[in-house]
Amino acid sequence: MDINGIKSQFPIFSKKINGKPLIYLDSSNSSQKPLCVINRLNDFYRNEFSNIGRSIHSLAVNATNKFEETRVSVKNFIKAKFKEEIIFTKNATEAINLIATTFGQQNIKEGDEIIITELEHHSNYVPWHFLRETKKAVIKFVPINEDGDVSIDKLKKLITTKTKIIAVTHISNVTGTIVPIKEIVEIAHKKNIPVLVDGCQSVPHIKVDVENLDCDFYAFSGHKVYGPTGVGILYAKKKWLEKLPPYIGGGAMISEVKKDKITYAELPEKYEAGTMPTAEVITFSESIKFINSIGMDNLMKHEKEITNYALEKMKKINSVKIIGNPKNKAGVIAFTIKGIHPHDIATILDEEAVAIRAGHHCCQIFHEKMNLSATARVSIGVYNTKDDIDILCKAIENCRKIFDLK
Amino acid sequence: MDLKQLYQDIILEHGKSPRNLGKCEGYNRDAKGYNPLCGDKVHIYLKVNSQKKVEGLTFEGEGCAISLASASIMTELIQGKSYEETKDIMSAFLNMIKNTSEIQSENLNEDQKIKLMSLSGVKQFPMRVKCATLSWHTLVSAIEGGKREVNTEVID
Repeated sequence: MDINGIKSQFPIFSKKINGKPLIYLDSSNSSQKPLCVINRLNDFYRNEFSNIGRSIHSLAVNATNKFEETRVSVKNFIKAKFKEEIIFTKNATEAINLIATTFGQQNIKEGDEIIITELEHHSNYVPWHFLRETKKAVIKFVPINEDGDVSIDKLKKLITTKTKIIAVTHISNVTGTIVPIKEIVEIAHKKNIPVLVDGCQSVPHIKVDVENLDCDFYAFSGHKVYGPTGVGILYAKKKWLEKLPPYIGGGAMISEVKKDKITYAELPEKYEAGTMPTAEVITFSESIKFINSIGMDNLMKHEKEITNYALEKMKKINSVKIIGNPKNKAGVIAFTIKGIHPHDIATILDEEAVAIRAGHHCCQIFHEKMNLSATARVSIGVYNTKDDIDILCKAIENCRKIFDLK
Repeated sequence: MDLKQLYQDIILEHGKSPRNLGKCEGYNRDAKGYNPLCGDKVHIYLKVNSQKKVEGLTFEGEGCAISLASASIMTELIQGKSYEETKDIMSAFLNMIKNTSEIQSENLNEDQKIKLMSLSGVKQFPMRVKCATLSWHTLVSAIEGGKREVNTEVID
């Protein structure tokens, strides 16, 4: 497969923005959708729509089967052991909240400690902060260094007998740091501490094998994996899902309801109350097929090549500073230009139809640590090419010209 | 959309070297403003006399060229104005950013109007309107006592 031609599978790239072809470099935020995914969603609503679960009619049976087939696709994709370990949520944020709430309810008491890192997205901090508020838990931050790497030695030192859970991102959405999850899990498990991994930036870009990582919980979003919005995935080891209390109450998550007693459904329904984003979940299997059709090895190789090309070219532009220099880096490049605020960079780039993100990227702890109020961020997807990077760099030069930088 | 309309020389110049930075001497009112979407912050310091006229107006803040230039130009134009005049100028400014490209206010002379109109290009960039208005809303908050931080998510 010619991976450079993959752009043609994404209808949005035939549209013009400000009269120019779209250069989309905001995939860490959300990815664009290939035609097969768009068609599947359309097709399901046109020809197959039904809710899943209880109904006996043919459409419901078909939808239920397709929904469960998607669960198996996801299980195979991230190499989980059982399909019951895959829970659909509305996004990764909800998946992390599910664990923080239910785990916290059952296992956290006053003074207990939760370890996270300074790289975390707000979605892997705020849910734990709730436990700080409601249970008087303590949150400890593993520091990062100038390069944006998490210090494993410092993590070890933060662990005490009160540490109840470690929550850590797999890949930073600012520096692209690939965090050594396996090593962290080994350290944590020696002390019987479970580990939750925020996999939002990893599942679309690197091979993820949850059995091999041996983490207890793994959360990610479908919309970053070339899939529709409204689909989040929580992987959790079966022993945890069996033990933890339910999260959202309502239809589908119950077994039997009496006036004085309610029993809950088996896994995975125990955690999937109410009507799910049926069409979107079913469509998500098409996103997995799309990635499999490219091959994760090819995808990784391609994104690595584009990322390295971008880093090399951007570093050559005067006054551009790349934020962080981690040992292992994915296709996320945060940068600043001395003398131009990131918002001005984003506005000027947008005129050239170059879509990037500017701001704190939901990582205020990181920006505070690095003494930055905001950064501009380029993030690479499977559809990006070296031409895109050339146009990006020309647009950055245009920023310098408008601001009259030497 | 036209970048030259947005990044006029006067904006770039004020963005690069903002006027009236810091705390003004003897300030008796202050207020903070925050844009949670992007993290831009501004802190307005105001000295008003017994006739309720602005004797001193300065700011501290971090932000883009638009927000710094807007705050800088504001501090220049509001010096010596009364509360009523300030509010009139602000509503003329908001009207320019959101509706017309003109400044309609009897409280500014032609040169001042031209200076303020350099920000009218923001209208074509809806995502940047809040950059231009944050310092103005924060000024009003300072005048009114500045008890609560101005948050761009809860104002128009």
